[in-house]
Amino acid sequence: MENRLRVLRATRNWSQQDLAERLEVSRQSVNAIETGKYDPSLPLAFRIAELFEAPIEEIFVSPSRRSSKAI
Amino acid sequence: MLRTPASKRYNIRTIWLSLLYCAFLLPAVYGFKHQLVPHPLKYLVAVLPALPIIGIFAALGRYLIEEQDEYVRMLMVRQILWASAFTLSIATTWGFLDNFGLVGHVDGYWIIVLWYFGLAIGGIYNKLTLGAGRC
Repeated sequence: MENRLRVLRATRNWSQQDLAERLEVSRQSVNAIETGKYDPSLPLAFRIAELFEAPIEEIFVSPSRRSSKAI
Repeated sequence: MLRTPASKRYNIRTIWLSLLYCAFLLPAVYGFKHQLVPHPLKYLVAVLPALPIIGIFAALGRYLIEEQDEYVRMLMVRQILWASAFTLSIATTWGFLDNFGLVGHVDGYWIIVLWYFGLAIGGIYNKLTLGAGRC
């Protein structure tokens, strides 16, 4: 799933490891989410949203909206 | 398996169970070889080495419950699926070949060795497709 995690992380000047520690997950998890290789569960997506104080849809791009835009 | 608190606990459990496996297997082999095991106890002594191996499966199940990192847990589930599919495929194929007398009979406990080999294949698959995990 496309997302703005890398951009949001960069605005705070956090490394992947910094974000991983704040989310209590591994750095590999953060990397997999950022690169779109892994879609987080809803609880983890909420944790990410709360950490960045932003709604989930501002961080993660809905696959259905993305495809409808392409049409 | 990536290093997490849950994986460390799994490793410690596995080490203890492996030691227990050796502690059961070596006397059993010696006892059977020198005909020291009385008949009523033979089944018990023969089954004892299998129990720690079963314990390792239980430890793996426990690890999946305890692992807090959902991505790491998913990697391990993928490895387990690979290991199970690989082992069952080989065992089924070998079973038919054996049944038709085309290959020799293989002791059943080799299944666990195959399963661990399948776990390594799952690790390689994770590495190739997600660039993560360990074999």
